[in-house]
Amino acid sequence: MTTDLTFQLDGEDIAFTPGQTIMQAAKAAGVYIPHLCWHPDFAPHGSCKLCTVKANGRFASSCTLEAQAGMSVENRSGELDDKRRTLLQMLFVEGNHFCPSCEKSGNCTLQATAYELKMMSPHFDMFYPDRPVDASHPDILLDFNRCIMCSLCVTASREVDGKNVFAMGGRGILGRRIHINSESGKLGDTDFALTDRAAHICPVGVILEKRKGFAVPIGERRYDKAPINEQVKEPLKEAAP
Amino acid sequence: MTFELETAIAPEKLRRVAIDPVSRVEGHGKVTILLDDNNKVHQVRLHIVEFRGFEKFIQGRPYWEVPVMVQRLCGICPVSHHLAASKALDMMLGVKQLTPTAEKMRRLMHAGQILQSHALHFFHLSSPDLLFGFGSDVAARNIVGVVAAHPEIAKKGVLLRKYGQEVIRMTAGKRVHGTGSIPGGVNKSLSAEERAELLKDIYQMVVWSRSAVGIIRGLFEQNLAEYNAFGRFRSAGMCLVRPDGAMDLYHGGLRARDIEGKTLFDHFDYGRYWDVIAEDVKPWSYMKFPFFKSLGTEDGSYRVGPLSRVTMCDHIPTPLADKEREEFLAFDGGSAAGATLGYHWARMIEMLHAAETIKDLLHDDDIIGHDLMATGVRQERGVGVIEAPRGTLIHHYRVDENDQVIRANLIVSTTHNNQAMNTAVREVAKQYLDGVEVTEGLLNHIEIAIRAFDPCLSCATHALGQMPLEVAIVGADGTAIDEVTRNADGFIRHRS
Repeated sequence: MTTDLTFQLDGEDIAFTPGQTIMQAAKAAGVYIPHLCWHPDFAPHGSCKLCTVKANGRFASSCTLEAQAGMSVENRSGELDDKRRTLLQMLFVEGNHFCPSCEKSGNCTLQATAYELKMMSPHFDMFYPDRPVDASHPDILLDFNRCIMCSLCVTASREVDGKNVFAMGGRGILGRRIHINSESGKLGDTDFALTDRAAHICPVGVILEKRKGFAVPIGERRYDKAPINEQVKEPLKEAAP
Repeated sequence: MTFELETAIAPEKLRRVAIDPVSRVEGHGKVTILLDDNNKVHQVRLHIVEFRGFEKFIQGRPYWEVPVMVQRLCGICPVSHHLAASKALDMMLGVKQLTPTAEKMRRLMHAGQILQSHALHFFHLSSPDLLFGFGSDVAARNIVGVVAAHPEIAKKGVLLRKYGQEVIRMTAGKRVHGTGSIPGGVNKSLSAEERAELLKDIYQMVVWSRSAVGIIRGLFEQNLAEYNAFGRFRSAGMCLVRPDGAMDLYHGGLRARDIEGKTLFDHFDYGRYWDVIAEDVKPWSYMKFPFFKSLGTEDGSYRVGPLSRVTMCDHIPTPLADKEREEFLAFDGGSAAGATLGYHWARMIEMLHAAETIKDLLHDDDIIGHDLMATGVRQERGVGVIEAPRGTLIHHYRVDENDQVIRANLIVSTTHNNQAMNTAVREVAKQYLDGVEVTEGLLNHIEIAIRAFDPCLSCATHALGQMPLEVAIVGADGTAIDEVTRNADGFIRHRS
């Protein structure tokens, strides 16, 4: 495998192997590109658009665009981070994200990304959607208030666990949501288990192991120790949802 | 049932003076006074105009989230709600005994809270009235004025509060709204470095707390007649006590005494608080009026907080504070212990107790232990009671089999004091305002009576439901045209 292929990311040479996306090459090089729906173990979904970069002057999702030798890619420019911040603000107002009482606080990718992009306020009017909690499963709580529709749980359940517990359905900002694949629509009526990969994949505070909230003290949580842009090379810690 | 000066007979013919907002208290409230042409006082009410909904919106949330969420009721003493909720959920989890490390970490957090809250109240909020005089120049009657005129006193106040906040940070993770206490235990103990850091300054804090007791004692000695008489009234009281009758701000049984000092109940299991306490509602306030069931709404009102605790416990289990308690009770034949302004003195004795407690806990090796969580057999409900800085705080939750809260009831310290505060302001109105021209300085006397209780009005108005309301429609000539009433049952009635 050749390693002398490079492209420029914010003026820095990044090595890549043929077939790697810009996101994969950047991660391998330890360079942070903001993202929410992308996960290194799964095919890209390209839905959150947070990883949008300017490749040779054109906007593109870095998680889906293959790197090309000599390509010039803009990542953390003021223009792109402004747009990313707006995307984050829209995600925050579309759901009910109350960080002060959320047990995922300090371990949440959405929160850490908002800190990284210096989002100081929601800016837009809150939607306050009505999204009931599903507490029917004995070990796992689903709090859809915090869902950002990244669909990682759908993918993990289908591709790794072979269960198809989750599906994306509905139309429109208020209609589209995660559905549970059981007759009652409740998680308690599925074969979902705490050992499933999908139980530990959620980047925000939707899929939570019950009775474990706030067991990790402030100061010991993932993003208390270092901001998200300094944790690019570290393997994702998924044991503690 | 209405109390003297609660409701005027013909309010439409009276002049209305409002203190809105009441300043230097936590939260928002107002006082209305109705006077006739001769400045005779006919009606005085402390209204709580904030509206909160915690009991409602906690429903459906997972129980482990509750101690972190409900503390957002307040930014002044969130630790109290954090711990009361944790205690209630300990009971729900069937945890009868915490690990020694968990219990001592919670006690340390609570003592830090008492220290910072009492320091804030005495130095920042009340010292301007006490040091400059009740009717002194309003421009200087604030903490900035205290800094200018008494910099040493102001500095002690600021640093005492800061130390208490540091104790909270190291036990809860943050100075305000931490996460240290969780149902069944705590999520951290102190590190050796944190313990050493707190030990460095604790002796200074004990000395300063003791000198603060001296300040309020000195003020009583200088203004004996005025302080003793100010807003004075006899009241029943309630607090938690340890099994041996000692003051215990974290845990114990309920003790209540009537207006004569006769015991109504003692070492009562707070897990059945509803057997002895009920809440009344009035159409003119968002805050409820708790009362002792055995005495009824008329005679059953009581007060809680430092004055009740210091006067009703058998002793304080730290030596310096207990000596100050004895001197307080003996002062001028016991007069200060029955005065509304005695709250300040009792509060400073408790601050000293908190500083001594922190010192003792920091010398206990359990606070650096690692056994943090206990387990038990799950119950359907849990009740947690704690003595918050402002008085007895009750949290009560029911949790279903899916771990979701289905019912919550919070009876907050200031709510217990609702009738007592109203009585105190009416007494002050009778003493100072009746028949004279009302001035700012005189109106400040009303606020001083309220401040003595250190009310937290934002905490106290957490209820959401069918609040009773009365709206009177009065014509320009003063005649009543209509009166619309919504009772506690939610029904709306018109008089016309």
